[in-house]
This record gives sequence, structure tokens and C-alpha cells, in this order.
Amino acid sequence: MLRRLDWLTVFLYLLLVFFGWINIYSTTLTEASTSIFDFSTLYGKQLFFIGASFVLIIIVLSLETSFFERFSSVFYIVSVVSLAGLFVFGKTIAGATSWYDLGFFNLQPSEFAKLATALAVAKYLSDIQTDIRKPKHQLYAILIILIPVLLILPQPDPGSALIYFSLFFVLLREGLPLKYLGFALLLVLLFITTLKFGVVWVCIGLGILTSLFFFFKREKFKIPRIPLVLFLIACLSISLSVNFVFNNVFEQRHRDRFGLWLSLEKDPVKLEKIKKTIGYNTYQSEKAIESGGFFGKGFLEGTRTKGDFVPAQHTDYIFSSVGEEWGFIGTSFIIIIFTIFFLRLVHIAERQKRDFSRMYGYGMIAILVIHYFVNVGMVIGLLPTIGIPLPFFSYGGSGLLFFTAMLFVFLRFDANRLKEL
Amino acid sequence: MKKILLSSIIVIIGVTFIGRLSYLQLFSFSPNQILEDPAIKAVYDYPERGYVYDRDGELLVGNQPAYDVMVIPRETKTIDTVEFCNLLRIDKKEFIKKMKRAKRYSTRLPSVLVPQLAKEDYARLQEKMRKYRGFYIQKRSLRDYMTNSAANVLGYISEVNESDLRANPYYRAGELKGRTGIEKQYEELLRGRKGVKYIQKDRFNRDIGPYKNGKLDTLPKLGKELHITLDKTLQEYGERLMVGKRGGIVAIEPATGEILTMISGPTYDPALLVGRERSRNYTKLHYDSIARPTWDRSILAEPSPGSPFKTLNALAALQEGVIDADTKFRCYNGFYVGKTKRGCHCGGGSRDLNSGIFNSCNAYFAGTFRKIYGKYKTTDEGMDAWERHMESFGLGNYLGTDMPTGRPGRIPDKAYYDRAYGDNRWASSFIISNAIGQGEVAATPIQLANMTAAIANRGHFYTPHIIKQIDGKASIDSRYTERHQTTIDKKHFEPVVEAMANVYRYGTAKWLKIPDIEIAGKTGTVENFTRIDGERIQLTDHSIFVAFAPVDNPKIALAVYIEHGYYGARYAGHIASLLIEKYLKGEITRTDLEKKMLEKTLEHEYAKPLSGEPFSINEYNW
Repeated sequence: MLRRLDWLTVFLYLLLVFFGWINIYSTTLTEASTSIFDFSTLYGKQLFFIGASFVLIIIVLSLETSFFERFSSVFYIVSVVSLAGLFVFGKTIAGATSWYDLGFFNLQPSEFAKLATALAVAKYLSDIQTDIRKPKHQLYAILIILIPVLLILPQPDPGSALIYFSLFFVLLREGLPLKYLGFALLLVLLFITTLKFGVVWVCIGLGILTSLFFFFKREKFKIPRIPLVLFLIACLSISLSVNFVFNNVFEQRHRDRFGLWLSLEKDPVKLEKIKKTIGYNTYQSEKAIESGGFFGKGFLEGTRTKGDFVPAQHTDYIFSSVGEEWGFIGTSFIIIIFTIFFLRLVHIAERQKRDFSRMYGYGMIAILVIHYFVNVGMVIGLLPTIGIPLPFFSYGGSGLLFFTAMLFVFLRFDANRLKEL
Repeated sequence: MKKILLSSIIVIIGVTFIGRLSYLQLFSFSPNQILEDPAIKAVYDYPERGYVYDRDGELLVGNQPAYDVMVIPRETKTIDTVEFCNLLRIDKKEFIKKMKRAKRYSTRLPSVLVPQLAKEDYARLQEKMRKYRGFYIQKRSLRDYMTNSAANVLGYISEVNESDLRANPYYRAGELKGRTGIEKQYEELLRGRKGVKYIQKDRFNRDIGPYKNGKLDTLPKLGKELHITLDKTLQEYGERLMVGKRGGIVAIEPATGEILTMISGPTYDPALLVGRERSRNYTKLHYDSIARPTWDRSILAEPSPGSPFKTLNALAALQEGVIDADTKFRCYNGFYVGKTKRGCHCGGGSRDLNSGIFNSCNAYFAGTFRKIYGKYKTTDEGMDAWERHMESFGLGNYLGTDMPTGRPGRIPDKAYYDRAYGDNRWASSFIISNAIGQGEVAATPIQLANMTAAIANRGHFYTPHIIKQIDGKASIDSRYTERHQTTIDKKHFEPVVEAMANVYRYGTAKWLKIPDIEIAGKTGTVENFTRIDGERIQLTDHSIFVAFAPVDNPKIALAVYIEHGYYGARYAGHIASLLIEKYLKGEITRTDLEKKMLEKTLEHEYAKPLSGEPFSINEYNW
């Protein structure tokens, strides 16, 4: 079986884990540190977690593939129950009731629930009786995804909830019409443009787009007038309701983050204040990356990294120290490695003979990609601040173990793909 | 489409990220980041500012330690405020106010609590300082003046401001920089180069060790010692004579162009602009818009030169060949321009070059001036020729001294009159006043002194300068060792110098002779006007005197300009005579003359135009 393991993926995985650790070492090194195996230090602990991951890999690879498929419903139900149980037994850390206190460590069920939901979606869709083109089945599939989301949102942990939406890619891959994606994108676009430019400009923009559309396309397509008008009205009402939602549903910290991201604040004095308060992380992280330049300051030479200027720089903001110490060479290298890694995984998913394996693969890839997208996007100032880690890179034992397990479950399926026909 | 959807998104994300990263790391990246990096603190080590000595090696400017009491508010504990306030010599209210201000600035960073403690206070405080946590004494270096004179030459230093910081990246906020005089001109030599230590900080601004193990740190480079050309004794003596008078004096060593003394009256003690009272004193001086003590008259005032200018016209006429020493003009107690008569004090009669100069005959020089023009077909050409001669003496343009200020004076040219009267709407009669140094010509005292030095040298001069040695080496800028030749041949100087010597022997300055020293000089009495309530009103004439001595081997050439001092032979002539004696003999034999000059003031004269009442000018008695 080891011969059929996709070694290229394993190699890329090891590369990411290695670079991740190098940067954790740099960000958490102190004058007093001596050995890299000193488990009182964070980099020492991470080294321990990496070792634990390797043990986990062996366990995962030695399990039967059918184990995961057979028990996926059980996993899912256990996850949902444990998420619901948080409302009663949950432990609050940093404002979010997302943990169970198990004494020796804190367990975050939403991490495990990601894997379980990915398996459950795959299980449901691969069922011979499921036809994703039927609205009823679409509804069921969406419910499988939404139930954990609805349980996680009130914790509140919007970052984790966001991850689950990536599982829609599985549905899209398996036949959910693309217009759903189109509508979702349109909704996001309307939301952002309305916030940024206001209702009036969005109306004007819509008007211009519609008339352009009629002007150029009328000859080729028959556009039914009435649905188009309804569509426009829908767009306008969404646009009109954006401000209400923004001001009444969102909390102040979310409004601040969006405000900063879309640079809604024009007053330079207030802007300066925002930079020092809620925008502090983003500002420091951008500055740290910027100061790296093309070549970077060199390993262990990052002044801002050493001075601990970027908060959470060994966890969520680890990429900023890559930017400072390794420069553009380092950051673009990591981006390229991630891109190749993901493309390779998509390729592997596509070569699966069994529907379940492919669907699970897609779910797992989507989860990894959205972590990577949101995390790096946040660190380099493209997206608002949402605290989720960079897979394989950020410091943290449960994250690393979870991502590793997800990945190697998939590689286990892949290694088995020829047998199972 | 479905199969490539996720792959396309992955690629698009990758491209977007690399785009954003290249924007951040390639385009926004600024290479000068070590100073902008909040994680690196630069700690500077300031070298002592260079000392300044006079031409004989006497110390003029040194440094004195000053002690600032600093506070880091966060580190302070409850203290015995009463005792501490007594030690600092401030009252409790002030102490509380100052502490509040320091806290407002920063609780972590040091602020100055009490600046520049006196030495005795420092000694008493030093013993008890350990009792006050969070307070410490920081030593600073301030200028220490060994003379109370030459403020205009020495200049002062003060903290850099925003525009200095923008203009020169060397300076950091709070550092000192030369503002005027040699402190400004030789700022880079005097200040040396500060050393720097880079220290790595964490986000709480705590030191966590040297940056790159001190690889980029530098040691301070000491400021250089400057010897300047001033003669301390002469400068101090001159300033004593100038008390109660306004004006400027410049004395030059003709053989080298070294400035021996440079006095502006009224002046102030340079020590006023040092220490705790600096800012109050500066404001007082700066806003005295009547006496204007900060306005260096020796180099910035531009009066008409008056009669001393006649010597140059005589030289120009000799050079042009339009007169010789025996050419005579008749003086009718004045001369005629068209039908109007202009006056002359010389007593009238037939005048040649010699008596024209020593009696300062206006008619003689009007005639001479006309002859220069007469030589050429058009007034324009004559004007150009005349102007070339005048400018070769360093008039009409910036002299290029090593003082950071200066004025060009004025030698009017064709373009000037065209502007004033309209193109070609003027004739030689418009410019005849220039013959006697009135009218449009203007020169600063230092230009007059330089012109006198050129005559003393019989035809050449060295650009006046204040720098003599840098760190004991006489390697100064070649601009100040380069010989400037005037357009006048050497032979033409003898009759003019002879006539100037006769000014002392029998002329306008015959009462100012110094025993055993032959002096050549020329008086000037310059009409001047002001505006009171929009009306042009004549004021008492300026008293001007130029002289050099000894005649045959000149050691000193000087120009004295006293505002509203009336006859050239009065204030200016007296002061010039005393300064020459002081410089050449080292002592004053004519104590009556000295006493008179030390006691007399012109304050009553300066008060006249401000009194708002009618007043008389050019009073006979003095």
C-alpha cells in the first residue's frame, strides 16, 4: 500500500510542515532558549505535535477505508451532538464558547465536525438514491452543511462557521447548478458594493449594466423581460437592506473590520486611530511583510518578528514572519507550494473511481483551501480579520493533527483506489 | 466546467496573493527602513561640539555641561515632594504641572522635568538622587562663551525644527543645529558626527538586545576646533565704543582678507541665547523691531557709501585716462546739473585730484564722473565701463564671504535705470549722484572695508573671510586664498592713496591723527531719508569712514558706518581712529578721544523720527 501512496503530496505536506516549524522557531525563539527539543518552548511543543502527527498518519493509513465510510453517519451525529452540548457544558475561551474542558487539554468539537461533515456530505451524495439535481435532495445536502453552522454561529465563532460553506464546492462538483454559486457571488458583490459605494451608485451601476446587456446581447439571446425585472427588483431590495443588516445584525467589531477592509473611514485622524486599535493586527502584519522586501531580512533577523510586533504571529499571523524574514522570495515560494499542493489534491480527487472518495476529497480540499485563502488574505490585508489558522503552518497541536488526519484519510482512499473496483 | 472550477479558483487565489505580495514587498518597500522600523531604536552618542578660538588662539566658545532632570513617569514611586521641589528650586504646583505634562507625553518614555540645572543645584541634587526612583539626571552640553562680544559672528545654536528634519536626514528631533554666524556656516565641522547604537525593541518598547549584535553601530566623531580670524581684543573694544550707537564696523587684514573685527551695533551678549532663559531672551531680541539687535548691520546694512566712493571714481577716471592727477575742476561751492545747483562743503575754488579727495569736493567728482561718460559715444557704454570698474572691487554683488548671510549692495546699471525711469527715459544727469556715492549706489560695511583693503593693496583683494584654521591646520577653502585683481592698474593708486593720507594730514580727518602712524582714509557724510506717515523726510546724515594703516605697509583696512552720526569725521572717524590705534599699538594714547567715544550716544538722534514731533537734523553741536 505504501507504494501506492501519493508521495508527491506527502513531500509537499512535509515541506509545508517543515517551513511552518522553521517560522514558528523564529517567532518564538527567546534569548533563554537552548535546545530545539526543549518542550517548554512553543517550537519544542510544535516539534512534539509534528511527531504526534506522524504517529497519527500511521494509524490512519493502517485503518480500513471502509471504516470511514461506514461510520461517517455516526461521526456526523456525534459531532452535531457535541456541538449542541457546548451550549450546556461548553468552556468559554476568548469570548467564544467553543471548547470542552477535558482537564489536560481543551477540545474544540468544531474542528472534528469539519471532518465529520465532509464525510457526511460525501456519504449522502454518493448514495445511489441521491440525485443532487432534485431540489429536495439539494435541500437535504444543504441541511447537512447548515446544521453545524447554525450550532457554531451562536458560540460565536463565525470563522469556523465560514469554513463549512466551502463544502458547497462538493455539491457544485457533483451537479448542483452553477447558478447557485452565481447567486451567492452576486449577493456578496451587492453587499460589498453597497457598503462601499452606497445604494444610489449600485442602482446606477445596475441600470447601466442592464442597458449595456440589452444593447449588445438582444440579437443573440431571447431574454424574458419579466424575470429580468424581478431579478433587478430583488437586487435593489437586497442592496437597500444591506445597511439595515450591517447596522442591526452585525456587531460593532464586525462593522469595524468591514469598515477597515473597505476603507469606509475617510477621516485621517480616525483612520490613524483605527490603525492603532482594531486595525492594529492588519497594519502591523502588512508593515512586517512590506519591510521584508524582495530578499527578506534573513532567518532570525526579522526585527518586527523578534520584537513581537505582530500579535499571534506564531499562530494565525505566521505568514507575516515569512514575509519579513524570507521576503518576496519566501512568500511567493510558499504560495506556489500551496497552489501545487492543492492542484495535486484536485487531480487525485478526480482520479478516484469511487464517488465517495472523490466527494470526500473535494470536501477536504475545499476546507483546506478556504483556510489558506482566508488566513493569507487576512495577513496580507486583502480580507477582513477572521481568526483561522494556516493549515500545516500555524502553531497549534489540534489544528496540525486535524489537518494531517483529514489529508491522510484521503491519501488512504487514494492508495486503495485500484483495489476497490 | 465543474471539474476545473476548484482548480481555477485555487490558481486565481494564488495569482491574487502573489500580486498583493509584490505590491507590498516590491513596490511599497522602502529601503531606508532601519530608521522607520519601530522594532529598532537608535541611541545616539553625541560628540562635543568643536571649540572656537580667535586669531591669537584665545578661546572664544567652549562648552559647559548642563544637567536636565528627566523623569519616566511609570517608574516613579511616592516621594517626598517637598524636599524634591526644594532641591529642584521649583514650587509644588509647578512640579505637579510638569509631572502631568510628562505623563501626557508618555508614561514609558523619558521627558525633561527641569531643564538645565545650575551647577550648584546639580551638586546638591546628585547626592540625593538615588532616593527618587524614576528620576535621573541627564548631562547635556551647552555652548559656553568666553567673551560677551561677537554674537553676530559666532551665531547661536538651537533645536532643529520640522523643516530642518525634512531637509536633512542627519538630524533627529531634539538635536541642535547652528542657526547664524559660524555656528551655521561651519555646522558640519563643529558638530562632528554622532555615533549610533541600534537596539532591538519589543512591542512594549523594551530593549531586548543590540540589533545585529552591533554590526551597524558607529562611534561618534569629534567636532573640529576652529580658529577664526577675529581679534578678540579689538572686537571687544569696538563693541564698547559702539554702545549707544547703531551701525556696522568691519576691519580686514588687507594682505590676507582675514576679517579682524566685525561689529554690529546694537549687539547682545551671546550667552543670552544659551540655557534656561534662551527662549525668553531670543523673543526679546527678535521682536525689538526698532534697534534690531539681531540684524547684523556690518554685513546686511546697505547705505549709500557716500564720499569714500569718490576714491573709486577717481581710480576709474585715471584708468580710463580721462583725467590725470593734475586735472582741475572748478568748484562754485557746488556744481550745476542743467540749471539746478548741487552743493559742496569743500570751500570752493580750483580742485585737483589731491585736494578733491582730501577736501571731499563734490564738484570735482561730478566733473570726473562726467568725463568717464564723455569718453564713450553713448551713456550706456560709459555706464558699462564704469560699472565694470566698480564691480571689480567687490561692489554690487554678494562678496562670497563665509558668513551665512550677506547683501549685494548696488551698483546701478542700465537695466536698473530702465526699470526705474522707463526704457531710455533717463540721461547722465539722472545718475550724477553716483559720482559722490549718493543716489543709487549702495554698499554694505563689509564691502566698503573690502574696497578699502583693495586700495590698501594697490589693486587686489582677497575675499573677506572669518575662518583661519580648522583643527589647527590652515587648510581653508581656496576661495579665500585666491587673489582678486581689480581693473585698475597699480600706478593709478599712488595719487589716490596719497590724497587719502592727506585726508588725515590736512583734510576732513586732520583732528584724528595718531602719533607715529600714517593713516589713509576718507570721510563720508551720507544723506538719507525715511518715511513718516507716508511723507519723505530727511534724517541726520549717516557718518561713514574708511581707512587703512599704515599707509606703506597696510595691516588693517576698515570701514565704519554709524547711522545718523552726521559728519564722517565725527563718530565714524573717531571710532576708526581708535580702532586702528588699538590694533596697531595695543593701547590708546588719546584717552580724551576714547572717553568721548565711550560716553557719547546717539540714542537721542534715533528717538527723533519716533517721537511724533517735528525735529531738526544735522545739528552742529555734538
